[in-house]
Amino acid sequence: MPRRSFANRHELEEHQFHPVVLLAVPLCALFLQSYLPHIWQPLSILDLPLIGVLYFAISWRNRIAGTLLGAAVGLLQDLPGNGYIGVNGIAKALIGYAAASIGLKVDVDNIITRALMNLCFCLLQSVLLFVMQRYLLGDTGYAAQPVHELIRAGINAALAVPIFLLLDRTRINEYA
Amino acid sequence: MESFFSRFRSELVLALILLLQVVGLASQMGRERYGSRVDGHHVRFVRAWSAHTATPVEAVLKRVGDSLRTTWHGYVDLRHVRQHNRDLQYQIDQLRLREAALAEDARQGQRLQQLLAFKQQYLGHTVAAEVVGTGGSDQTRILTINKGYSDGIRPDMAVITPDGVVGKVRDVFSDSAQVLLLNDTTSGAGVVLTGTRSRGIVHGAAGGRLQISNLLPDDRIKPGEPVVTSGGDRVFPRGLPVGVVQSSKPDPEHQPYAAILIQPAANLDRLEEVLIVTDVAEQLARVSAGDEAGEAGKKASDIVAERLPGLTDSKAAPDANAPAAQDGAKGATKEPAVALPRPPQAIHADRYSPGTVPPAAELTPGAQDTQLAAPATRTPKQAAPEDQP
Repeated sequence: MPRRSFANRHELEEHQFHPVVLLAVPLCALFLQSYLPHIWQPLSILDLPLIGVLYFAISWRNRIAGTLLGAAVGLLQDLPGNGYIGVNGIAKALIGYAAASIGLKVDVDNIITRALMNLCFCLLQSVLLFVMQRYLLGDTGYAAQPVHELIRAGINAALAVPIFLLLDRTRINEYA
Repeated sequence: MESFFSRFRSELVLALILLLQVVGLASQMGRERYGSRVDGHHVRFVRAWSAHTATPVEAVLKRVGDSLRTTWHGYVDLRHVRQHNRDLQYQIDQLRLREAALAEDARQGQRLQQLLAFKQQYLGHTVAAEVVGTGGSDQTRILTINKGYSDGIRPDMAVITPDGVVGKVRDVFSDSAQVLLLNDTTSGAGVVLTGTRSRGIVHGAAGGRLQISNLLPDDRIKPGEPVVTSGGDRVFPRGLPVGVVQSSKPDPEHQPYAAILIQPAANLDRLEEVLIVTDVAEQLARVSAGDEAGEAGKKASDIVAERLPGLTDSKAAPDANAPAAQDGAKGATKEPAVALPRPPQAIHADRYSPGTVPPAAELTPGAQDTQLAAPATRTPKQAAPEDQP
């Protein structure tokens, strides 16, 4: 049975994905994000692109990849909307960077850790969006909704756990 | 320097990305009311590209989603349709049963209404009972009713319906009783043929038919002639319809009598409710009392005259003695003028005719009965021509 040797923990826990998965999962998340509210408007509270960014960022444990993925997904998320293009790009780029950074230090395979990370990063994204809208873009009408954001974070964290488990199956087995 | 970029490569990439996006944001900030503004060319291009790229995919996604949703809803609907179908079928069955029950209740109500009207019209002391069973044999014509001894039912009471006579009570139990139908071979009732006034006894025959077999053949007995109870059997009140004559022909087994088949007035094969006549005598007395009450205003002579129609003739000429008697009565006493019934004069008077026999005071004891043989007086008009001198 062939065995690989890893020089450090970074190499040991860095997961690889098929390029099709890397392309299809974020796109599916983006399309579903724009399609699901058509079915039921309250589903707009979901942030599937964020979940995708978080998963790949903490799985790669590569800050640059996380940043680029976050920026790309954020920008694509901004395109269908009527807001400024780049707001979500900036927020998700930061999220991707931070998630990849934390992924190097914690056990990201634990379900509770995953849920907490999703909860915190979702809240962080809300804070980032609020800061950018309020202070960077000067939109004084953009009001903070703590309860709503907390609910959103909780729902996305709850949804992220099964999605993460589902995406775990797309990993390339390094020991094969 | 190289180590700096390699060491902070991630941070530098992040900063670059952020910077580019901030610049991009800044390029979009030159317009007020961003939400309602017209995008710049570059923004419109980006959004158009996004739309052109995303729209087909979203269309496919929507189509797939619609298909899935349609399939899912169709499956769910079909599943619900089956359930609804079963529920509706059950409801239809229940409604059919309810409709049948209501129709039966309506028919029962109509029958009871007729029964009540008949009871109020004709009979006073009756007990309504419901038929709850039969004898269970084709040989015996017996019904079981839900009224018994505790309801005042006694043996040999008449059982009737508004249509006609049913039979009589045979065995009585505490809460039920058995009714012997009129078409049972062991049953019988005194009847009168209303057309010929012939009295007979109707009883059951083979096959549940009604038959009168104690009457001689009579050409006057025609099919369709009503047959009513005579009241002579002391069971059935007089005048209740029994049926109509169905056929009348000589009975070869009981010569010289005729076999008169009767079509029962009551449907003896399909009885639901019946009336038990609990008091025949009182009912008959009540009828008589009612008749007398109706005749209260008549004079006694009229009543007697009506009851003895052969003694008076309203078309006959007034009696010659009547005015004198009336005058005498007027002159002598002021008594109320009571017209006593007078027999009509005989066309051919004989010794039995009224007035032909002399009073007993004029008869001689021991004399020959020539006085009785020859009429004492004869009116010339009534005398025979050969008797004239």
